[in-house]
Amino acid sequence: MVNVVCTFCGSVCDDGEYENGKIKKLCRLGSAKFAEKERIKSPMVDGKEVSYEEAIQKAAEILVNAKKPLLYGWASTANEAIRLGVILTEKVRGIYDQCASVCHAPGTLAVIEEGLPGGTLGSIKNRADVVVFWGANPMEAHPRHGIRYSISAKGLLIKDRKNRKIVVVDVRKTRTAKNADLFVQVKPGYDYAVITALRSIINGNLDAVPEEVGGVKKEQLVQLADIMKNAKYGAILYGLGVTQSRGRDRTIENAVKLVQLLNRTTRWIIWPMRGHYNVVGAGEVPAWEVGYQYAIDFSRGYPRFSPNEFAAVEVLKRKDCDAALIIASDPVAHFPKAAVKHLKEIPVIQIDPFPNMTTLLAKVVIPSAIYGIEAEGTAYRMDCIPLRLKKVVETKYWSDEKILAEILKKVEELKKG
Amino acid sequence: MAIHIKNGIVIDPKNKIKAEKMDLFIKDGKIVDEKAVKKEECQVIDATNKLVVAGGVDMHAHIAGSKINTGRTMRPEEMRVVRRVADTFRAAVGRVLLTAPAIGYEYAKMGYTVSFEAAQPPIGALHTHEELDAIPMIDKAALPVFGNWHLVFKFVEEKNIEKLKAFIAWAIERTKGFGVKAVNPGGVEAWMYGKNVRSLDDQVPGFNITPREIITSLIQATEELKLPHSVHLHCNNLGVPGNYQTTIETIKLASKFSNSKRQVLHVTHVQFNSYAGSSWRDAASGAAEIAKVVNSIDNVTIDMGQPIFGHATAMTGDAPFQFTLHRLTGAKWSNKDSEVEGGAGIVPLVYLPNNPVHALQWAIGLELGLLIDSNKVVLTTDYPNGGPFTEYPYVMAMLMSRKMREKELQKVSPYVQKATGLAAIDKEKTLEELIHMTRSLPAKILGLENKGHLGIGADADVAIYDLNPLDVDTSNEFEKVYKALKTAVYTIKGGEIIVKNGELVKEVWGRTYWVDARSKVDLEAVMPDIENYFQYYSIELQNYGVEESWIRMPERIVVG
Repeated sequence: MVNVVCTFCGSVCDDGEYENGKIKKLCRLGSAKFAEKERIKSPMVDGKEVSYEEAIQKAAEILVNAKKPLLYGWASTANEAIRLGVILTEKVRGIYDQCASVCHAPGTLAVIEEGLPGGTLGSIKNRADVVVFWGANPMEAHPRHGIRYSISAKGLLIKDRKNRKIVVVDVRKTRTAKNADLFVQVKPGYDYAVITALRSIINGNLDAVPEEVGGVKKEQLVQLADIMKNAKYGAILYGLGVTQSRGRDRTIENAVKLVQLLNRTTRWIIWPMRGHYNVVGAGEVPAWEVGYQYAIDFSRGYPRFSPNEFAAVEVLKRKDCDAALIIASDPVAHFPKAAVKHLKEIPVIQIDPFPNMTTLLAKVVIPSAIYGIEAEGTAYRMDCIPLRLKKVVETKYWSDEKILAEILKKVEELKKG
Repeated sequence: MAIHIKNGIVIDPKNKIKAEKMDLFIKDGKIVDEKAVKKEECQVIDATNKLVVAGGVDMHAHIAGSKINTGRTMRPEEMRVVRRVADTFRAAVGRVLLTAPAIGYEYAKMGYTVSFEAAQPPIGALHTHEELDAIPMIDKAALPVFGNWHLVFKFVEEKNIEKLKAFIAWAIERTKGFGVKAVNPGGVEAWMYGKNVRSLDDQVPGFNITPREIITSLIQATEELKLPHSVHLHCNNLGVPGNYQTTIETIKLASKFSNSKRQVLHVTHVQFNSYAGSSWRDAASGAAEIAKVVNSIDNVTIDMGQPIFGHATAMTGDAPFQFTLHRLTGAKWSNKDSEVEGGAGIVPLVYLPNNPVHALQWAIGLELGLLIDSNKVVLTTDYPNGGPFTEYPYVMAMLMSRKMREKELQKVSPYVQKATGLAAIDKEKTLEELIHMTRSLPAKILGLENKGHLGIGADADVAIYDLNPLDVDTSNEFEKVYKALKTAVYTIKGGEIIVKNGELVKEVWGRTYWVDARSKVDLEAVMPDIENYFQYYSIELQNYGVEESWIRMPERIVVG
């Protein structure tokens, strides 16, 4: 099969070729996704192998009996499953949260403050003569991003790498930085100040900028400001280096203001380098179903959004949930100890193709098919472009969509009593 | 189950029924003849002294896809209004921007049963359909945008109408779209260079074409394809004082074409394109001039784009306008440049009665609704650009009552007294005209033969209101009219009662219409061009588009 859609990172490359169990054209991360790996063999309750029906029955009972269950994960599954998950959370009056709350959510907060002046990856490929990677290292995290969309992508107006200036702003010289035309090394935690300095220079307030800001010499700041002003179409692509360092949403908000300023005289866009292949869908689907992207509490029967209150880590640290459904994610491996501690104390349902740390403490384990390999569905690339994931091999595993549809059905039955 | 609607007062403009007391019969989702049902097996609805009309048809609203969803994300302040706590129905929230379930519920409660998403970014078509699929209660469709698509530019530049037709047929099938929408043709491409176009004859950057040529080529192709709906145009220069002249010039482009069944050009949310003057300091209404032109020709229709005082969110494919608005108001701003297809922008907005510009916009919308022949103007708010669709009854009542307008005029900036002719307009439209402007007319403009009327064979989409048209004085009893039209006593969708006494009683899922015009074109001739152009896309051609099987309830309309 050709034009297979890769379900690893947010680049969601759609040009894979699959034949006899082998995938071609994808990067090493994408290829690894298609390689055979250890799977959860069968549904389990308390470590005992059971049928799908039995596991689903148990999962539904846990959710219905819980006062406030947490339904978390969602970044590596398809929209169809996410939609059912949101409806399920609403039905059991739980909390919906997704992986963004521990990675790109500060970007969402910045959108709330200032909006998101952006564009698709195709517009960057066709038009961008300057691309700034800020706290992002696509050469390692999104290996084909550069060649397909940003660094050396051949587009309508920008025909090759020579026509495009690549700038990397980061705290260390990453692999992406080594290939950049300009590397600006910022002291950790000083991105906000550097952006403010750039805004000042572009605004004509050069005098207000000290000789050095955040470890960057004024001379280099002026150089970067000039590159920005003189770009015909520029793009700032920011990564976790910005969202997970000091300033977080305020830093991104400042960058958005910089982009607003630049658009008075030329064209600039800004966009986050999202990680998981459908973490965008994990926010978009609840937005249209219930109005918000993440950290949504339904305990009152209607959605409430409060990131500092309803983000999974906060909920767990506060011991404010009495059951959890974890899907397509591994919070036990990634959450702070204090949050994981509570997960150990409540019944956990896990839905995932692969065993991980969370499997070890889950009461109910439901293995699922891998989207893009064993199941069809819809995912949103990092720039919100929808792509239909293909099924390339048969499987005995149920899809997340089917599992959640059955849980939802059972929950409705149990609620009717 | 069959339904017998008894003793209602029916207004059905398409079938020339003007407030007649009569019975209606419904079976298998259709309006049927009395003889087709066994009366004793029918569920009887007593509609004595109540208004019985077809379900409302919203021909232009932004209800699904990346624009409204980005709007929701950037405006949690909009989502905090709780309309419904989850029970057997979904939770529903939103002030003007609504969640997908809330959109379906609110339309149903108001007696509306069809709504068209007015701007579908082609590459985002699947997203639009996912959201349409999440809207319960109503039938729907989406209009993909063509006015800044490079492949359109290419065929217009080559003056190759056959290829343009084939491309349109291909694109509508791929997006599962309904027709041809164009937004600020050429202007959004100029925005990619930080500019806009200012007249029909400005050159589009990078191409040897003008907005005039794009518009006329799209009309010609659409007409030759015999699509159910005409070109649906958001004009150039939107939101710019003095733009009414561009609008008039654009409307006149239609005079070269004709179609015996319908208009050849629908100009949308014209209020935003009806400004005289040279700046916002001396802006005035150009509505009267536009009305004169629209009334004088037979092949153009418009919709109002009526602003409603209060909150709104501007969201259009007109990306350069959205940036201008952001600069004007200082509000937050989202933008989306989309591959080689176009763009979009979003800016929050609030229409204040005391603000001279907002009052002017409000008055212009009403002037258009009053001065234009009721067979040519459809009631819209360009949701959520002009405000909520839930205030359509306000606009209806206003157009029917001079007294209500006088009362409302006292609350708004006196600037409208000198800058518009609203205060002097005596015209009071009739209830029948308003029913036409919200049902039979939009259905006709869209080419939906089974919608917007109650003739035998029509879809059984019916709204019943607590208003006796034989008795009501719409000039004086405007409060009663507004209240009655705001909440249906019954809404019936596809033969099922979904709303009773303003409360939801059943959740149903409507159809998604799409148009298949491929049989009349030479797709093979255009495929090499499309394949070649996909080098400028960031996805593969084979992964572009939406299959019917991915949509909840698709209905293909084949033309040709």
